Amino acid sequence: MYAYDELDRTLINERVSEFRDQVKRRLSGELTEDEFKILRLQNGVYLQLHAYMFRVAIPYGTLSSKQLRRLAHVARRYDRGYGHFTTRQNIQFNWIKLAELPDALSDLAEVGIHAMQTSGNNMRNVTSDQWAGVAPGEIEDPRIWSELIRQHTTLHPEFSFLPRKFKIAITAAEHDRAAIKIHDIGLRLHKNADGETGFEVLVGGGLGRTPFIAKTIKPFVPGRDILSYIEAILRVYNQYGRRDNIYKARIKILVHELGIEKFAKEVEEEWKAMGDVGLTLDHAAIEEVRSRFSYPAYEKLPHMPDELKQAAHDPLFERWRKNSVSAHKVQGYSIVTLSLKPVGGPPGDATAEQMDAVADLADKYSFGEIRVGHEQNLALPHVAKRDLPLLFKALDRLGLATPNVNLVTDIIACPGLDYCSLANARSIPIAQELTRRFANHDTADLIGRLHINISGCINACGHHHVGHIGILGVEKNGEEFYQITIGGRADENAQLGTLIGPAVPYAEVADVIEDIVEAYLALRDRPEELFVDTVKRLGVEPIRERVYATR
Amino acid sequence: MTSPLEQKKIRITGPSMVTANRTWDGAVVYRTAKQGWSTELADSAIVTTSDEARALLAEATADDVGAVGPYIAPVELKDGGKVKPGNLREHIRAKGVTIDLQVPA
Repeated sequence: MYAYDELDRTLINERVSEFRDQVKRRLSGELTEDEFKILRLQNGVYLQLHAYMFRVAIPYGTLSSKQLRRLAHVARRYDRGYGHFTTRQNIQFNWIKLAELPDALSDLAEVGIHAMQTSGNNMRNVTSDQWAGVAPGEIEDPRIWSELIRQHTTLHPEFSFLPRKFKIAITAAEHDRAAIKIHDIGLRLHKNADGETGFEVLVGGGLGRTPFIAKTIKPFVPGRDILSYIEAILRVYNQYGRRDNIYKARIKILVHELGIEKFAKEVEEEWKAMGDVGLTLDHAAIEEVRSRFSYPAYEKLPHMPDELKQAAHDPLFERWRKNSVSAHKVQGYSIVTLSLKPVGGPPGDATAEQMDAVADLADKYSFGEIRVGHEQNLALPHVAKRDLPLLFKALDRLGLATPNVNLVTDIIACPGLDYCSLANARSIPIAQELTRRFANHDTADLIGRLHINISGCINACGHHHVGHIGILGVEKNGEEFYQITIGGRADENAQLGTLIGPAVPYAEVADVIEDIVEAYLALRDRPEELFVDTVKRLGVEPIRERVYATR
Repeated sequence: MTSPLEQKKIRITGPSMVTANRTWDGAVVYRTAKQGWSTELADSAIVTTSDEARALLAEATADDVGAVGPYIAPVELKDGGKVKPGNLREHIRAKGVTIDLQVPA
């Protein structure tokens, strides 16, 4: 956990007071909507189909049980009893009233939660690996660097009015769970030949209307220089980035138009020209932030406790354990993923009751800590293996033990036309139908790792471009149609999917996805060959032929 | 459903109304013939020509305190004068989400 200092607490509280005054002036008519819009966006407040939507930051995906309980309180007191975890380590409340927002913000501020820079053309929530600090083989805890960047960029005047929104993600593990290659800046923590810790810096990733995978502009930037290097990137972006066309304003367009070599050269020159601007992180500054992260006092526990051996006779427990429990860096402990993808449920939603119950379970079994991943699931990061059987029973009662993590029903989906004012088509009902079609866990296990991502419009909040199967809702003559891509992925081998055929109407989407999965099962050369690997080996055509032959 | 945020030129092809979100709570509201707002679609002022639509939108936009983001949207007029949303987007705004939630709405 990270403990905010007095400066942070003051900052958050002052922001609540400011926003309370701004809301008051808006409701009295002193501020017009045009004047107010930029202010509300800077506090995570959107206007959606039915109501205002309030997006709250969960920095680097880490929550304390106290904070999660407070999110449950906001869901219950100010909203309709549930929240939606997003693909960027935020939570959204869909039915909040503007007049009550300052009170909600104030309640959140009491536990160190805020909504600053969760929308608008600024530096957004700096995301990270939800297994940070506990993943085996990790270089070091990437959240320390996420926090250093957060502190530097929060309310930074140069980063508050950028040409467009700007997103940074950091990973320190071999397997990228933070999707760094689809971010404006992706940072991969590693060590150079001298054993020094630093970052591979990737720039220009992003999805939306014009998707790109980020490219490396510098293989190694020492950790102490990362703030100045990011500032150099932002300066080049601010200088050359387009502000005349919203669709061409993201840094990915600039990188594409300049070319990666030229962009890298511009950044390097800017970085050198900046000289010492007081942004070099000395050892004490890094250690100060590091010291504010607290880690559990782990016990010395056996690798295979008796409780686990006994529970292994229960097939339901074993299925869940194999699917949702992952290795921890400390012997005797595990990382447990809590699926927010029940069969027939909206992906990523959690009720206030579930949030409260997870907070209680975190206190009992995970040192009071919860993590939020971009896949729209939660995790308990420090669970003793001996406690896994009891935890499973508790999660099962809550509907949070669906053994489908990374399987075909672990679907990432944006809110779509059921909530979003930008959407052209619905996402959630498509996801719900697919989870019903693939509800049999034996079938899902047989299919293996398969990520389906659904977006209700080209803005791609559901990351459809990088889904193993991507589904994009479009409008054709007033009707919902869906384009389907295959072969995308969001990990360290990130790539964009390829369109498999003509868009299909709403009613046919689940049938087409079933046919795609059946084609894969027929074409894979062995059960261990994952869907994406089959597509990579064979290309799209053999699957297209099977799926569209009769359509 | 083309987002009304992309609504540039006003040209209607059938009966339409003006809708927005109420400022204080964001609730879906419809512009009435009495120059006010109602949460009931049945209360909305129905226009049938582009000129009428432009005028109704201009009047609604002028009420910046009452409601946010007004735009023109189609409706269907049923027998007996009943007004129905003219597309899926407006149906969802009028009737709520199309999905089963884990909690009562």
